[in-house]
Amino acid sequence: MHKVMVSAEEVKKIAKLASLKLQQEEVDLFATQFTQTVDVINQLNEIDTSSVPGTYQVNNLANITREDVVDTDRILPQAIALREAKLTHNGFFVVPRVIDSSEEL
Amino acid sequence: MNKQLHELTIGEVHAGYMSKDFTCVNLVKHFLNRIEKYNHKLNIYLALNEKALQQAAEVDKEIAEKGITRELLGIPMAIKDNFLTVGMSTTASSNILKGYMPQFESTVTSKLLAAGAIFLGKTNMDSFAHGSSTETSDFGPTLNPWNTDKLPGGSSGGSAAAITAGLATAALGSETAGSIRQPAAWCGVTGFKPSYGRASRYGCIAMASSTDSPGPIGRNIKDCAIITKVIAGKDPYDGTTTPASVENYPSFLDKKDLKGIKIALVKEYMLKEMRDDVKQLITDAVTKFKELGAEVEEISLMDPKYAIGVYTVIQRSEVSSNLSRFDGIRFGHTRDQFCQETKRRVMLGTYTLSAGYYDAFYKKALAVRTRIVSEFEEVFKTYDAVMGAVSPGPALSVGASKNQPMFGEMEDVLLEQSSIAGLTSAGVPCGFVDGLPIGLQITCDQLQETKALMIADCYQQNTNFNLFPDLDKSL
Repeated sequence: MHKVMVSAEEVKKIAKLASLKLQQEEVDLFATQFTQTVDVINQLNEIDTSSVPGTYQVNNLANITREDVVDTDRILPQAIALREAKLTHNGFFVVPRVIDSSEEL
Repeated sequence: MNKQLHELTIGEVHAGYMSKDFTCVNLVKHFLNRIEKYNHKLNIYLALNEKALQQAAEVDKEIAEKGITRELLGIPMAIKDNFLTVGMSTTASSNILKGYMPQFESTVTSKLLAAGAIFLGKTNMDSFAHGSSTETSDFGPTLNPWNTDKLPGGSSGGSAAAITAGLATAALGSETAGSIRQPAAWCGVTGFKPSYGRASRYGCIAMASSTDSPGPIGRNIKDCAIITKVIAGKDPYDGTTTPASVENYPSFLDKKDLKGIKIALVKEYMLKEMRDDVKQLITDAVTKFKELGAEVEEISLMDPKYAIGVYTVIQRSEVSSNLSRFDGIRFGHTRDQFCQETKRRVMLGTYTLSAGYYDAFYKKALAVRTRIVSEFEEVFKTYDAVMGAVSPGPALSVGASKNQPMFGEMEDVLLEQSSIAGLTSAGVPCGFVDGLPIGLQITCDQLQETKALMIADCYQQNTNFNLFPDLDKSL
């Protein structure tokens, strides 16, 4: 089994995917720590799972549905829904621009 | 010997209300006074319920008019800060939610309130439940009431310490892999992890959605059984809750012996690095089970080190997905407020789910998870329960989790398997080393809560390890 080294460049790429900003010392720290953690994870390769399916859900419930009707008990009044938001405008949440924002990341 | 008010179990509190020995206002005042006196030393509560005394007065009125018709009427409880509670701030011990006032109530806290419980306040935890020490809390660690140089464990460390310190009658915690049983063990109290899907996750701030399980921490198994009955059940707001009917758990307790019960002692759970005195306490528990009439046999399961790998991948992956909702738009602050541990977990999960690594890490972990599930299925064909230590040793010192990116995984090495498989498990004190408590786990198959509670209750009633520190000496 080959050793996986997580590089600082990879850490920066992951941070971007996860929408997190890191200090340079965190980048270096995480690169070292992720390499160590991956070593632990890679021990799983000692176990043969060639014909074993994955378990995503442990209590065997699947396709749980409900009637397609509005549950009024769960509707928040607009004022309460907006209460915890920092930026609102005319009763809406204000969201940051997500298109062409790459240079800001 | 007369017990003090903070030492009473749920049943004893109710008996006191009925005999008019004290009122709910008396009891709540007593706890608020103790919280005032001890909380600044232990950092257990992050926020208090300003209406607790008013609610206690309403309870006294209800008891005078109707008696006690609700299961938790007037029971003062400590609630882990990852459950949304309307009117009380909910932070999951993270700065990103500092000051957040929930817009709706979690299902399990709604059920506790409907059963008449009074919430004293919200308890400290590892930030987003990411840890087993409370040291990742943005609001400082909770200290262990047995010895303030020691950690309480985590992530439900505040809830466990609240019971040890006599700052609530009962507490609500949640477990993803060990977060109820491990702090209960380190604090010397009783914790109970219901099966995955027994209690609703709706309104519980998510960590790993495929294993998160709300559950109680209390003064004994009976109190845990009473609370489990209240919080269990199918919830239309959580599609993973089981439709299986909820049994009247407390009514199955008080068994005189364990005749006919077969318990498996897992050889691999007696870790090489485990201290001999801890192993001895587990061996003593085996002897006690045999005395009580149970059959105990040694079995062999997969090396616990593999559960660490499986849990790390599954949990980090689910964390990275779940915590994407914290964008500072609808509630909370911006993502730069995540602590380093949160960032580390989100990032590792992003990595294990990313293109090129998904098959090697995530799918592999899910396949080994299947192996662990099948192993338990096989064991439970023959045995009623699996037993072992909760934690490799007693509470570690403050600072122990620093620079240990897998601290929680290592401390929960004996708990991850059962969580990954969605099993139910009781954690009860089984002795002391160096003046610190050690916990025993009694783990049963999915939906076998009654069995786990019954075995743990019989053990607890026939042992004398359910002790509490004298805070005036330990603090």
